[in-house]
Amino acid sequence: MTHKQDIRFIQGNVAMVEGAIAAGARFYAGYPITPSSEVAEMSSIRLPQEGGLYVQMEDELASMAAIIGASASGKKSYTATSGPGFSLMQENLGVAVMAEVPCVIINVQRSGPSTGLATKPAQGDFMQSRWGTHGDHGIIVLSPSTAQDCYDLMIDAFNFSEKYRTPVVFLADEIVGHIREKVIIREIDENKIVQRKQPKCKPEEYQTFMQDEDGIAPLAPYGSDYIVRLSGSGHDNKGFPCSRPDNADKFIRHYTDKIEKNYKDIVKVRKYNLEDSDITLVTFGGSTRSSLEAMNMAREEGMKVGVLQLVTLWPFAEDEVKEVLINSNAVIVPEMNLGQMIGEVQKLNDYRTPVLGINKVNSEPITPKEILDKIAEVKNESTRVFG
Amino acid sequence: MKAQEYLVKEKLPLFWCAGCGNGSVLHAILRCFEKLNYTRENTVVVTGIGCWGKADDYVDTNTFHGTHGRALAFGTGIKLANPELNVVVLMGDGDGATIGGNHLIHAARRNVDVTAIVVNNLNYGMTGGQYSGTTPHEKITSTSRYGHIEHGFDLSGLVAAAGASYVSRGTTYGIVQLEKFIFEALQKKGFSFVEAISQCPTHFGRLNGMKKPADMLNWFKENSVSISAAEKLTQNERENKFVLGNFVNKENEDYSTKYLRVINDAKKSKEGGK
Ligand SMILES: Cc1ncc(C[n+]2csc(CCOP(=O)(O)OP(=O)(O)O)c2C)c(N)n1
Ligand code: SF4
Repeated sequence: MTHKQDIRFIQGNVAMVEGAIAAGARFYAGYPITPSSEVAEMSSIRLPQEGGLYVQMEDELASMAAIIGASASGKKSYTATSGPGFSLMQENLGVAVMAEVPCVIINVQRSGPSTGLATKPAQGDFMQSRWGTHGDHGIIVLSPSTAQDCYDLMIDAFNFSEKYRTPVVFLADEIVGHIREKVIIREIDENKIVQRKQPKCKPEEYQTFMQDEDGIAPLAPYGSDYIVRLSGSGHDNKGFPCSRPDNADKFIRHYTDKIEKNYKDIVKVRKYNLEDSDITLVTFGGSTRSSLEAMNMAREEGMKVGVLQLVTLWPFAEDEVKEVLINSNAVIVPEMNLGQMIGEVQKLNDYRTPVLGINKVNSEPITPKEILDKIAEVKNESTRVFG
Repeated sequence: MKAQEYLVKEKLPLFWCAGCGNGSVLHAILRCFEKLNYTRENTVVVTGIGCWGKADDYVDTNTFHGTHGRALAFGTGIKLANPELNVVVLMGDGDGATIGGNHLIHAARRNVDVTAIVVNNLNYGMTGGQYSGTTPHEKITSTSRYGHIEHGFDLSGLVAAAGASYVSRGTTYGIVQLEKFIFEALQKKGFSFVEAISQCPTHFGRLNGMKKPADMLNWFKENSVSISAAEKLTQNERENKFVLGNFVNKENEDYSTKYLRVINDAKKSKEGGK
């Protein structure tokens, strides 16, 4: 990859495509849907320029299946969708978990349920991104808040996917997908691009799901000297069907463990003014933008407000969230849903810290003013001491 | 490699019921692999879910065992990402044509260079013999006890109309002919499709007065007609017959070959500073 540093004024959706290409992605299969369609359009232009391939499938079930197949053939692959399309991808997302096939699924969230308000922003898929596919499993979810994030974080998404042999969900929202901002198309150090581990054993010794000491099994591509047996059904190390209880237990725990046990490597947060914050906003995605603005306005009025932005949504940033629960007099969680992330925050609240939500589902973004009003309300009502 | 060498010996005996047609079709496929010198490394057998969807358990090549109905979509990604591979997609009639019907027609239209082999046993074997999209009118299944009121798809006709490069239909009774069709399909560049009418004595046979596997084979034999003979039949007469033969065999550039031109054009436009 010879990506010269380049400064552009582009949409988040477009930056995602550049990020994917910089990460080494060369295959896209998808089905267009607003507000993610620009990802498809730009992929159809950019991928063939890099020798890659764009294919528009008949629906999202097929799209998800096709990127898994392409990844099994050795191409880093991705898809993009929104709302109803993400729902349709859930069954085969489970195949990527079960067969441990790396791939990246972009969901530019929109209002729902059902077709909802097709062009309007929302953050209602926080829980679906974690629990959407059936059964017990782990998942990695990253969430951008700027167009620059769409580029930079996409590289992390592919790197995690390859490193942990797992699907990664890139949970954007309409605000971030459609915003146009300055984006630095950074020059990428080749050494920072992760390629999935390849087997070193003799071909006859290779087993598709045999884990190395680090808990991750090497994955050879179809067409190499190694025979690869991938399966979305319960399987043994070789990839043959296996319904033994001990084997099922081993694999299902493995899907979660390989992610939860690498929490430190995967979890990314951004901390703004947390050193002295009385009131802390815990945010993700597009809502971070209003939260940062509200923080600045509050600081101008002399209030000590900080922001903890969760960049990795799953695994959940437990340590960092606990820290703000301990150190803040109140925590506010603004989200464009009826309270999906706040539940995770409250689960960790052993400190009786007041945790309040700002929940907006009328399809309009949460404004800095609304957050500021909440901050004032908290300050007036709280019995805690505000320094 | 000999046909038997493509079999995973330690997984035998087969999971299928005694007298099931799946074993005959699998054997025919492996004999074709032998004739075509397919290597284990360059072949991927893709399956969906169902009795026939378990065929990959016994095949010692690369395999992909996906979800019910989506085998062709997985196969499309596998093939487009590496056009050098021989991609063979095995699906039941429920798998390939009912839940997966949309993928079937679009893979044919797109002319992806894979070979799809649908074992059409006229019902859902795996889940207990319910009716599928190919169950014939008035037949009895576990969910059409009073006689099926819907009409089944003419699968080969459907795939031919969708634009496949190769389409044939045979039965497990005429296994020699069926093997010839599979052999031709595997060699075809572009989307090739073989429909194998096969017996499920356990469910379809039992509920329709053909308890013994041989009864079903005889039923196939007595009701089979060639494509040319079928032309003389009325629409009604034809519906109750298995029309066998080669329906389509044409030259039509496949998706991957065409896409190479897209890549060339795109690279030029990039150099030209689009
Ligand atoms: C999404 C989904 N729906 C339903 C099922 C249950 N199911 C498993 S196999 C099958 C039908 C199999 O019939 P067919 O494809 O004709 O194959 P056969 O068993 O007859 O070989 C069904 C409905 C499933 N696995 N996944
Ligand atoms: S149920 Fe029918 S299709 Fe399935 S193995 Fe038995 S005979 Fe074959």
